[in-house]
This record gives sequence, structure tokens and C-alpha cells, in this order.
Amino acid sequence: MILQELFGWFGDPAHWQGPDGVPNRMLEHLGYTLLSVFGAAAIAIPLGLYVGHSGRGGVVLVGLSNAMRALPTLGLVTFLFLIAGGSEAGTIVGLIVLAVPPILAGTYSGVQDTDRGVVDAARGMGMTGWQRLWQVEVPNALPLLMGGLRNAALQVVATASVAAYVGLGGLGRLLLDGLRVIDYSKVLAGALFIALLAVLLDLVLAGLQRIIVPRGLRVAAAAVAGRPKARSSGRTES
Amino acid sequence: MIEFQAVTKRFDDGTTAVDNLDMVVEAGTITVFVGPSGCGKTTSLRMVNRMIEPTSGTVLVDGEDIRKSNPALLRRRIGYVIQQAGLFPHRTVLDNVATVPLLSGWTRRKARARAAELLETVGLDAAMGKRYPSQLSGGQQQRVGVARALAADPPVLLMDEPFSAVDPVVREGLQDELLRLQADLDKTIVFVTHDIDEAVRIGEKVAVFRKGGVLAQYAAPAELLSNPADDFVSSFVGKDRGYRGLSFLQADGIQLGGVSTMGLHGEHLSGERPSTVGGPDWTLVLDDDGRPRGWLPPGVVIQGEPAEEDLRPGGSLYTEGTALRGALDAALSSPSGLGVVVDDAGRYTGVVTAQQVIDLIEERRKDAA
Repeated sequence: MILQELFGWFGDPAHWQGPDGVPNRMLEHLGYTLLSVFGAAAIAIPLGLYVGHSGRGGVVLVGLSNAMRALPTLGLVTFLFLIAGGSEAGTIVGLIVLAVPPILAGTYSGVQDTDRGVVDAARGMGMTGWQRLWQVEVPNALPLLMGGLRNAALQVVATASVAAYVGLGGLGRLLLDGLRVIDYSKVLAGALFIALLAVLLDLVLAGLQRIIVPRGLRVAAAAVAGRPKARSSGRTES
Repeated sequence: MIEFQAVTKRFDDGTTAVDNLDMVVEAGTITVFVGPSGCGKTTSLRMVNRMIEPTSGTVLVDGEDIRKSNPALLRRRIGYVIQQAGLFPHRTVLDNVATVPLLSGWTRRKARARAAELLETVGLDAAMGKRYPSQLSGGQQQRVGVARALAADPPVLLMDEPFSAVDPVVREGLQDELLRLQADLDKTIVFVTHDIDEAVRIGEKVAVFRKGGVLAQYAAPAELLSNPADDFVSSFVGKDRGYRGLSFLQADGIQLGGVSTMGLHGEHLSGERPSTVGGPDWTLVLDDDGRPRGWLPPGVVIQGEPAEEDLRPGGSLYTEGTALRGALDAALSSPSGLGVVVDDAGRYTGVVTAQQVIDLIEERRKDAA
């Protein structure tokens, strides 16, 4: 039975220690993911804010990010890995390229979707361009921006497994090594841990989203959805 | 005071939005820009706070060429209210109102204290400051929009179709509120609307624009209704302009009549004034404070207290000292043909007939000739 074998695999202390142990592989995987998502965010968020705020280059941006989505990830990562002389950097760049489009799209559309009347009022009351960006557009873009970030994180967690294909670490090792020696419980364990990591990461980002998205926007979204308004009715918070 | 000097705005696609506009918006008045869509009224408004730059010509605010001011700083000195308010959904009502003071460098505490004060000024409960815009009705949002525009006490207020997205009943309330506020604040207000009724109701001066951005007529509302400059203006102000013109005629010299009245407990009250109007024998029922409750038709005999189902609901009430339009409407809408006249506290003071209003208008016309 595969399940029994799986539990057996989990029960073997050898699988939980050393460089090929689950904790280390998980940390490696998380490391690749965070590095790639942060790298992508550092490029995509400023670019998305600029294009959304100024309205310049929106068409180019959408075309470019669709083209990037169409790139085959495995081929790209392998290619960059080879170009970078077999270092981690090439793989990370490949994952960054993968993570940029969703973050860019989320940021750009978040800014663009800010109610026109609200932006007009902000200008008309005498906000400078920067004040309008930071005080109005960024807070209103946060729900969609965070959505893009979560999307990117999920994609990168799943795709970071290909790092193993080019000889690096991460949970992908369990998959590939297991396949090579026909150890299916190892393959299954690898898949489960990747899924677990994806879920945990998404939960953390969802928590972050709850903290940084202004309460007023959540209240407004709840009102639009026709549900009773957010749990506390404003009296508890100042 | 706002001056437009030979102001023209042409957009990149070649359309002329405003064509050589020369006009002076006087300080301390509500001036309404009205006209069909595409007539340049909003463009003209937006050129005052440099949301749109003129192609040629000069706009002066209090004698100063606005091109000399930094646009952001200029706008902080000019209140701005737009359709659907444009409140910041992510900020509380209080922080929305505090926006301009905060931009101008006030401390948060001082800005919020000012904001709370303003909520009361526009007729909202200060407790509403903790809510978010999405938790308010359209009319309440619009009041917050006005409070926000007033926060830094700007001498000039620009209002771009501020009440057009709320229902007619709420709109009328907001208009009254604006007039009441203006009586205290004495701002220079430019108000854009496409609704001629709104324009003549709140404007001290009305500028009618026609397509192509040409100023067709700039006059007081009464003048506009009684003396339209051309066919365009006369068709724009509409069929009912004769009737609407009554809004600007005072009812001085109208002789109130009396009618027999009855209290809620069936006691007969005598009218205080001698009856100068003949006519059917209707009885007006008053409550204990002397406010009209309804009419008893002729021939109905009441033993004891008049029951609710005996009463015919009255028409509109005419408050003494207001314009003739209200008097005529009271007479026309009353089941007895007698318009009920009340004092400021809503207490019955007499009745008036449509014939009296017509006679008064005729008399005025003869005097004028």
C-alpha cells in the first residue's frame, strides 16, 4: 500500500536530517521562492505604480507581460542556468521572470481601478502627484496588488521544483530523485510538502493582506458584495 | 471674485470647449453655470483651479492670475466638490474631511477637531466621523464632500454637478442646506449643473452656456425667466418658466381670508380674520398647536371629535413671507380650493385662493406698465 509506504517514509528519521532531509530541502525551496518573489516585486511594483499613475505605456506593459507569461518555464530556467555558468543565479532569474507578470498586472490594474472620481477629487483638493500616489492610489491598489503577489508566490513555489532539474536543491529534489530510483513514496512526500509550503505561504500573505489593506476598503467590498458589513461596526476601532 | 478674460479652451481633437469667455463671478455669490452637455460649463469650472489649462486667455481669482500659483497650492485654497463626492474609500469620514488641512501642514489633532466641527456644520452627527464612506447614503456622502471642501475655509468653492447623483427629494434638501450654509459663510461659489430648475433655485446669478462653449446669457434667475436673451435660452429654460418665475415674486399685499376651523376635540374655533373669500363651506381642522391637520368637506356633520377618516388630507402649505409660487401651489393643491397659509412655526394663519394670486400678478403687471 502506497499510504503505508508513505507513513513509513515519514517515520524514517534519516529523511528528516542532513542536507537531503526534508527541513533543509524545505528551507532551500522557501529561499528560492522568497528571493524570486522579492526580486520580482522590486521590479514589478515600482513599474506597475509608475504606469498606473502616469497612464503612460499601459499597452506596452500588458503586451510585454503576456509575452512573458508565454515563455516555457523549464526551458527558460535551464537556458538561464546554462548561461549563468551553472549557478543558482540563473535559476532565480528564471523564476523572477515568471513572477513578474502577475505582480505587474495586479499593481497596474490596482492603480488603474481606483475610482476616477476619487483620483479627480485628490487632484482637485491640491495633492501633488506623489501625495496622490501614496495617499490614494497605493492604498486603493493594495487588494489587487496583494492578489498579484499571492498569485506569483503560488506559481513560484510550484515551479521552483525545476531547480532540482538543473542540479540545485529544494523540494524538487525529492520528486526527481524519487523518480530516478522509482521510490514513489519519496515522490509523493515531495509533492505533499510542495503543496504544504504553497498553502502556508498563501496563508501568511493572506494575513499580511488583512493587515495592510485599509479597513475602509474591506467594508466597501463587503457592502458591494451585499453581505452584512465587516464584523465590527466601527465603534470598536478608532 | 473670479474673472474670465477672453478664455478659450480647444482640445487636441480640435473641438472648442470654451469660446472666448468673458465674465465676472462676483465675490460672495452663488453663480450657476448651466447648459446642455458639451457646452463647456464643466471645462470653465475646471479652468478656475487649473485642473484644465486654457488654450488662451486669463483667469483671475481675487485679482491674481492663477498661472502664477503652483497648481497644488492654488487648489488647496479653492474648495472642490464633485458628482458622487469622490470620497476616499480607504479613509474614515473624519479623515476625509481633514484632508486639505493635513496637506497644508496642520497637526492631525487640530485637523480632526476642525473636521468634526464641519460635520456638524453640514448637518451630520459627529459620530459619523468614524464610519467609512461606503457606509453612508448618497446624500450623506455628498454632505461629507461639502464639508471636505470647506475644511480649510477657502474663499472660493467649485461645485461640479454635486447633487445630480442623488434622488430628487434628497437633492432638494441638499440645495436648501447649501443656501443655509452660504447665508453664514458668504463664499464665492461656482456651481455647475445641467438642471435649469436647480440653477434658478440656488443661483444668485445664472450663466447659460450653449454648445460650442459660448455664453448665451448671464443674469439673475428672475431676469433669465422673464427675459430670455434669445430662442436658445428661452427653450432651455423651458415651458414652465412663467410658473417658475413666481418663485421670484413676493406675496406682499395679499389679503388673507379666514375659514371656519375646528379643533381636534370637536370644539369650534373662530377664524381670527374676517372672511374675505366666499365659497364652499369647508372646515379646516387644527391640532392643539394650531397646525392644520386636514379638511372637513361641506355638509359633514361632526358629533364630538372628528375621526381621521372624515378628514381630507390638505394640499401643500404656504408659509407667510415666501414667494408667490408657494401660495398658488397651496391653493391649487387644496381640496377646498383654499390654500392654507401658515406662519414660520407651521400654525394656521389664514387662507388664500388662486384667484387672489392671479389678481395680484395682474395688478403688479399694471403697475409695471
